[in-house]
Amino acid sequence: MGWIDARFPLSSMWNEHLAQYYAPKNFNFWYYFGSLALLVLVMQIITGIWLTMNYKPDAGLAFNSVEYIMRDVNWGWLIRYMHSTGASFFFIVVYLHMFRGLIYGSYRKPRELIWIFGMIIYLALMAEAFMGYLLPWGQMSYWGAQVIINLFGAIPWVGEHIAIWIRGDYVVADATLNRFFAFHVIAVPIVLLMLVVLHILALHEVGSNNPDGIEIKKNKNANGNPKDGIPFHPYYTVKDIVGVIVFLIFFSLVVFFAPEMGGYFLEANNFIPADQLKTPEHIAQLWYFTPFYAMLRAVPSIAGSAFPGVLTMFLAILVMFFMPWLDRGVVKSIRYRGNLYKSAVVLFVISFFILGWLGMEPPSTVKTLIAQVCTVIYFAFFLLMPVYTKMDKTKPVPDRVT
Amino acid sequence: MSGDDVDSGKRRFLVAATTLVGGVGVAFAMVPFVSSMEPSAKARAAGAPVRVDFSKLEPGQMLTVEWRGKPIWLVSRTEAMLKSLRDVDSQLVDPNSEMPQQPAYITGEDRSIKPGLLVVIGICTHLGCSPTFRPDIAPVDLGPGWEGGFFCPCHGSRFDLAGRVYSHMPAPKNLVIPPYHFLSETELVIGEDPKGTA
Repeated sequence: MGWIDARFPLSSMWNEHLAQYYAPKNFNFWYYFGSLALLVLVMQIITGIWLTMNYKPDAGLAFNSVEYIMRDVNWGWLIRYMHSTGASFFFIVVYLHMFRGLIYGSYRKPRELIWIFGMIIYLALMAEAFMGYLLPWGQMSYWGAQVIINLFGAIPWVGEHIAIWIRGDYVVADATLNRFFAFHVIAVPIVLLMLVVLHILALHEVGSNNPDGIEIKKNKNANGNPKDGIPFHPYYTVKDIVGVIVFLIFFSLVVFFAPEMGGYFLEANNFIPADQLKTPEHIAQLWYFTPFYAMLRAVPSIAGSAFPGVLTMFLAILVMFFMPWLDRGVVKSIRYRGNLYKSAVVLFVISFFILGWLGMEPPSTVKTLIAQVCTVIYFAFFLLMPVYTKMDKTKPVPDRVT
Repeated sequence: MSGDDVDSGKRRFLVAATTLVGGVGVAFAMVPFVSSMEPSAKARAAGAPVRVDFSKLEPGQMLTVEWRGKPIWLVSRTEAMLKSLRDVDSQLVDPNSEMPQQPAYITGEDRSIKPGLLVVIGICTHLGCSPTFRPDIAPVDLGPGWEGGFFCPCHGSRFDLAGRVYSHMPAPKNLVIPPYHFLSETELVIGEDPKGTA
């Protein structure tokens, strides 16, 4: 160990980030999802590498290569299902992880940068999932990609050419598949890994938040360690192992008994090879994109351009970046906030779920109206935040964690 | 959670037990990944035994078929060819085929089930090129001592009409005889041992 330490800061890294990293002792259920996200990332990389051993990124061969993996490669079906289930579970975990940040004010000063890195990770993850979904080259893969890339075509003046440039062709084609394969397998995973490192380093620099929103470093004991803190290792390493086991139980239930999840994780239309001349009756986006897709469809074309809808969709994600500065409340955690704030959160969550459901449904006049209302509520949650967080009647925050 | 009264024996047991169970879990989890790298069902099917009809094969001629991606030679050997096998014994590395380059039921100098038909994998035991069939006696390029056999153009290795390697060649071993057996006077199967052996 000394030989290594003289050449590499192994022991000091171990101490700084694990054995001597003091985390608040009141972490609850919501605090499992960070480590679970890391677990899913590792699983996706490993199953992904194994899939690339047999997958062929060619428009003429891709679909059959996936069927080959499912039927002929030893345990290929398991590796494929782990990867597809992992993709959906990644978003479940990440959404819950983000929600924790929201309710406990983990994005507040001095943790703004952690939040921003996290938001960039979220964007990268959506890109990764979108590109990965093209690879099986099924009907849904093809037409889902066609629709979304065409959104870029809605950008005024340069849009059409940008769309062609992204595709490498006039429609989604072999060129698109090949480059999405390159991005999905190498480029974005490397970016994701780097971002996760930055995310964790930024966190460790400041120290974790906690359900009470109290800064534990304000109360230190004689040894200089926070009185309300416990070393991450062994307490949270062990606790997170339990979290991992419980997670893997649910994950395995899906992988072995319901990998298609009624068409939500593996869509029925994707078992048909892509047909460039025939669009399926109902193009659905993957469930984790549906809230934003609903917002896109809710905004009508203005002056013959679909761009306002596209803009709304991007702004919906962009506005989340600004949360650290939109929140003018005096307290961090929802535990000490008043009814005004709590109502806003409840409305936000409900409208997000409704938007998610609407994004899966074929549009209708009534549904579009509901989507418009929910989109307004969604944006109001963020844009009115400086107002209602300031007006909010908060409760006194204790000194020490509860 | 105080540090004073830690039952280290209990702690040691728990860590050991958890590590053991975790290790078992990891081992089980690794199985599908390692196994998926073995030949798939399609590869195994493509590697299945091959039936060959050699009724059209003339004496002294060679027929090449494919098995497991490799060239398999069937050579219809004449009496003269079989006689020549004995002449070259002294020039060979392993005239009695003591090295395990053939199935157990392939014995003798002719290295075949039926002496009149040589069945051999046409891949040089040096670095894997496929040698050329040279049944001609004493050609100019191979010299007066050549009594027929196979010549590998890559590095010059020479084999006789039973696939046995000559001495002082780059190739170290005799050509490999695949498992095979006869279905009839005109058909054989490559890739399967005869019934009742191995």
